[in-house]
Amino acid sequence: MFGFLKSKNGAHERPVDAQGRHAVIDIRRVAKVYKMGDIEVHALRGVDVQIYEGDFISIMGPSGSGKSTLMNILGCLDQPSQGEYYLDGENVSKLSEGDLARVRNKKIGFVFQSFNLLKRTSALRQVELPLIYGGAGGRAKRAAAALESVGLGNRLDHLPSELSGGQQQRVAIARALVNEPAMILADEPTGNLDSRSGSEVMQIFQRLNREQGITVVFVTHDPWIARHTRRIIMLRDGLVIADREIAHPLVAGEAERPSEADEMETLFKETYYGGKKDEYN
Amino acid sequence: MGRGVEDFIASEFEGLGSNLLFVFSSPPESETRVTIQPISTNEVDDLLNPRIAPSIGTIATETIVGAQLVGPQGSAQVAISGVSANYGEVRARPVLPGGAFISQGDVDAAARVVLLGTTVVETLFGDKSYNPVGEDIRVNNRSFTVIGVLEEQESGGLGILDDANNVVFAPITTVQTRLSQARTRDGGYRVDVMHVQAVNEESMDAAALEIETYLNDAHGIEFQGEQDFSIINQADLLTSLGQITGVLTIFLSMIAGISLLVGGIGIMNIMLVSVTERTREIGLRKAVGARFGDVLGQFLIESVVLSLVGGILGIMLGWLASVIGELAVPTLTLTLTSDAVILATGVSAFVGIFFGLYPAVRAARMKPIDALRFE
Repeated sequence: MFGFLKSKNGAHERPVDAQGRHAVIDIRRVAKVYKMGDIEVHALRGVDVQIYEGDFISIMGPSGSGKSTLMNILGCLDQPSQGEYYLDGENVSKLSEGDLARVRNKKIGFVFQSFNLLKRTSALRQVELPLIYGGAGGRAKRAAAALESVGLGNRLDHLPSELSGGQQQRVAIARALVNEPAMILADEPTGNLDSRSGSEVMQIFQRLNREQGITVVFVTHDPWIARHTRRIIMLRDGLVIADREIAHPLVAGEAERPSEADEMETLFKETYYGGKKDEYN
Repeated sequence: MGRGVEDFIASEFEGLGSNLLFVFSSPPESETRVTIQPISTNEVDDLLNPRIAPSIGTIATETIVGAQLVGPQGSAQVAISGVSANYGEVRARPVLPGGAFISQGDVDAAARVVLLGTTVVETLFGDKSYNPVGEDIRVNNRSFTVIGVLEEQESGGLGILDDANNVVFAPITTVQTRLSQARTRDGGYRVDVMHVQAVNEESMDAAALEIETYLNDAHGIEFQGEQDFSIINQADLLTSLGQITGVLTIFLSMIAGISLLVGGIGIMNIMLVSVTERTREIGLRKAVGARFGDVLGQFLIESVVLSLVGGILGIMLGWLASVIGELAVPTLTLTLTSDAVILATGVSAFVGIFFGLYPAVRAARMKPIDALRFE
């Protein structure tokens, strides 16, 4: 399918989309097999995904669909059993532990559901952490600028215990931003937040994506959150079963969250693809 | 601490003067001979003859007798040492200014003079710093003139715990003729201790052999077990005491080693708990780009700091104990040597690294996905 992407000498050519944007993430026929004793678990069975600069994507899927595995591979926390993964043009599917640490440091910013901030460490020091491991200079200044961009310029010396959940997640976003990564990978970033804080955090992601063109990848099972992004990739049983753009993404803070039933209905209407009608029956 | 005791004992013996042999009467080991023939002045004279004992330099003699001393402020029952004129030099007992040691003239004339230690001065005159030179005291009800006071000495002599200042010296002839009837069979006077100074340090063994040969002959001794005298060499005393302190040091080191092991295991345990508790933190650090070495270094530094804090507390405790020990036993100087401090610091840092290594490696080896998922 993607044979045309490979030149004759085997070197990688970065895919380009219709608007002329280069692919940040380019994974080809990626499979992941876990061995649980004697049983082999096929978490991914050959996934192809291209994510372009400035994309805002949701990866969705029920439990066991392989979305966590895909996220781990995209985040260079794990390596595929088969297939290739080009991140920002670099093949990262066969790198050593140390090189993976470097790639995570320079090219990926993580945002987790449970914030994962260090205890007893000020916001500024939290954000400096990736810069310390990257050996970068001018750390305090860059960290302060990153906190400024998420609206926490006046909370530099606060400890996590002195911040609200939404503010803690914004510190985590600043930490993900500070190294100017190729993409931000967010795993259920609003999962631990009430709807108001969640909406605030969502606004920040949308603003960063819109104004600074930062590539953002969400991993979520929440359709409401997914509707705020521009494209949804749906996984099931280790395969991509849908990959569609959303015609009219919601703007965070503008729309009220509908009831669960309404939400499911809209999701099917707007983002569900033309697969078999009775697939979810 | 073991070292402090060793130093203490070594300095104790340096106070005795160098290249000295002590010769004194002692009961024989063998049961076939039960009488002790005392060393006599005639034998001392013979030993001073270079043709009999060429390795002997000088001999200071001492005869000891108990006596009742009465002064203006008090009285005391003490052992008076009758000593020869060269005793002060051989045994390094200087006299305070204003007084003088017993002269050869005093010895020749069996003069009724005494030298007092400061403790005795305090007892007889009521004040340690009183200068009694020229005054008379009564010894066994006879009048004696004080000719000097001995310089205060911290401690000395073979009895470590004896008070070196509770002494009275008189001319040996005075003790032999006026305070006791210490005649020997050969017509001389009894001598209790010979302080023999060899010509030089190398001839100590030769001098000991010469004395032994001579006294064996003079006392008619055929077997070593029948000897009614002992010759003790300072070096022998030092080695035997060195063995005791050596055992003490080994014992203390073993205790220290066991405590280090226990402490080290404690540190390892604490670090393992800390690593487990902070699994998510490790996962996060790895996710934002920490490498194996970064995490390893972080936990090693933590365990080294932990053990160094322990080491410094230990040094402070040791210092406190030595201060308290010195206050409790003033004659004992307990020093906290700088190399002990350096050793303690080094060892505690080593313990930190050694026992911190396993937990740190465990932390550094964690896979970020597993660590992040850890609850």
